[in-house]
Amino acid sequence: MNEKELHKGLGKLFGAPNTDDMRLFFKGKNKAMKNKLTSVSEAVSSLVMDGDYLAIGGFGGVRIPTAIIHEILRQKKKNLGFAGHVSTHDCQLLSAGKCFNRCDAAYIVGLEARGLSKNARRIFESGDIEITEWSNAALAWRFKAAAMGIPFLPARVMLGTDTFKYSAAIEMECPFTQQKLTALPALYPDVAIIHVHKADVFGNCQINGILVADDDISKASRKVIITTETIISNEEIRREPEKTVIPYWYVDAVIEVPYGSYPGNMPGEYFSDETHLKKWLLAEKDQETFEKFIEHQIYSSADFYEYLEKNGGMNNMKELVRLEHLY
Amino acid sequence: MKARYNPMELMITIAARNLEDGAMVVVGTGVPCAAAMLAQMTHAPNLTILFEAGGVAPILPTMPISVGDSRTTHKALKATSMAEIMELCQAGIVDYCFLGGAQIDKYGNLNSTIIGNDYYKPITRFPGSGGANDLASLCWKTLVVTPQNQKRFANKVDFITTPGYLQGGNSRYDAGLPANTGPFKVITDIGVYGYHTETKEMMLLSLHPGKTMTDVQENTEFEILIPDQFETTLEPTEEELKTLREKVDPTQVIIGRS
Repeated sequence: MNEKELHKGLGKLFGAPNTDDMRLFFKGKNKAMKNKLTSVSEAVSSLVMDGDYLAIGGFGGVRIPTAIIHEILRQKKKNLGFAGHVSTHDCQLLSAGKCFNRCDAAYIVGLEARGLSKNARRIFESGDIEITEWSNAALAWRFKAAAMGIPFLPARVMLGTDTFKYSAAIEMECPFTQQKLTALPALYPDVAIIHVHKADVFGNCQINGILVADDDISKASRKVIITTETIISNEEIRREPEKTVIPYWYVDAVIEVPYGSYPGNMPGEYFSDETHLKKWLLAEKDQETFEKFIEHQIYSSADFYEYLEKNGGMNNMKELVRLEHLY
Repeated sequence: MKARYNPMELMITIAARNLEDGAMVVVGTGVPCAAAMLAQMTHAPNLTILFEAGGVAPILPTMPISVGDSRTTHKALKATSMAEIMELCQAGIVDYCFLGGAQIDKYGNLNSTIIGNDYYKPITRFPGSGGANDLASLCWKTLVVTPQNQKRFANKVDFITTPGYLQGGNSRYDAGLPANTGPFKVITDIGVYGYHTETKEMMLLSLHPGKTMTDVQENTEFEILIPDQFETTLEPTEEELKTLREKVDPTQVIIGRS
């Protein structure tokens, strides 16, 4: 093998890393610090368009924007793309709604230790979805490149593997050391949807616990929708500026959604509802049962709170709070 | 006579012994996490456990369900981003990564992406790399824990998701992966394996009590190198088993799988 032979991934790049176009876009973005409070349905209908590329905050079953994803299903958004960056219950939901036609996949169709989503698997095995392979670090650093405003970041992952072969990365030689590196193209999502612990009405956000990639996702995306456990005052934000993870100028919409990560875990607030997540995996085993299940859980629910009520409401939430705090 | 321990308990105990006090390890949920917890509660109280989602040095109260759930930052030193965890690995600070079961070949390459010959229309789609490719590319030593059978120990994996020694010899480093990194050990329900220093083929290091060479061969599609001398695995001690059963996995989520 020629040591200096440089390879190119076969995968499709969903969106070119055009930093100058994005600079112009960000230049034109309204940076007025105005009240951005809205409703879930209004945010989804005005900011998520058919065909948009989504980045979903959190970690699959941890700090996920469930209310927004449910609404994307109810509004029957189609032909979306998304970053499968540890996409677990979120991938399961988007698969249930048949909402997407393309995916950058680092972690999809699984729910970690809980098992695999049969329905999501069926969709990804159908051959109907355009899929490009990546690793978790590759997607995290692709968001970081976009956040930095550069067209790519070099890294030392994916080299020599089929993960690289089916990615859209390109090998390059380091101009300083002549090492072989993977060039990871900047990833600019159309819309980021992120659930946080606290935000003010302008979109200044605080997150407790792990950030996953949400700091970079918010900087990389054209539009950012925030759901928050609690709205806090701007004075509170200014009192502890070191806690601001996402500043207001990236944010387009803010919605107060207490318990909004359910059935996912919200660090420091409530644990994941493992019984409910098991019901999803079980319902997916039979197509007819599953269709009735999502009709009952999502399509026939007017909003996220009707869904929450159907699954035990506040009594169940209190139990999940208890579990989180290991009482 | 009832066995003193089951195969899962044996695998976790051996895996734990491979993590020395003062080391840094990135783990996933399940067996790797149980092993790291057991190590921390026995011989390695200063083991720094990292989770790819951002948890740094937690004191784990119970087994996490997700590598990002709040248990992964319980009494932790830091809660950060995935990029920062991966940057630590890329910078060379992290000693071990610990990966779970998958299809593995004789060079330690792992498949967790597809079963089938056509990537675009697979027979079975699995999650993909997650952080496995990154961790096995960047951490100094990769440990794998997996049950051993013909299907898992495959002649050729359908898809190289995560790099081992690639095509053997020097191919891993020719591909550009960091020098001196790579697969370290594979721990199964039959034995413990390492890799030949030059050819990088999988090689028997120790056989578990009661297991035979026939067990090794019958549960492997490829040829495993058998050196002239190999050891018999030391059985779990009473203390290790007690800690594993009472503190690490009291509800038998993992050890009950045997």
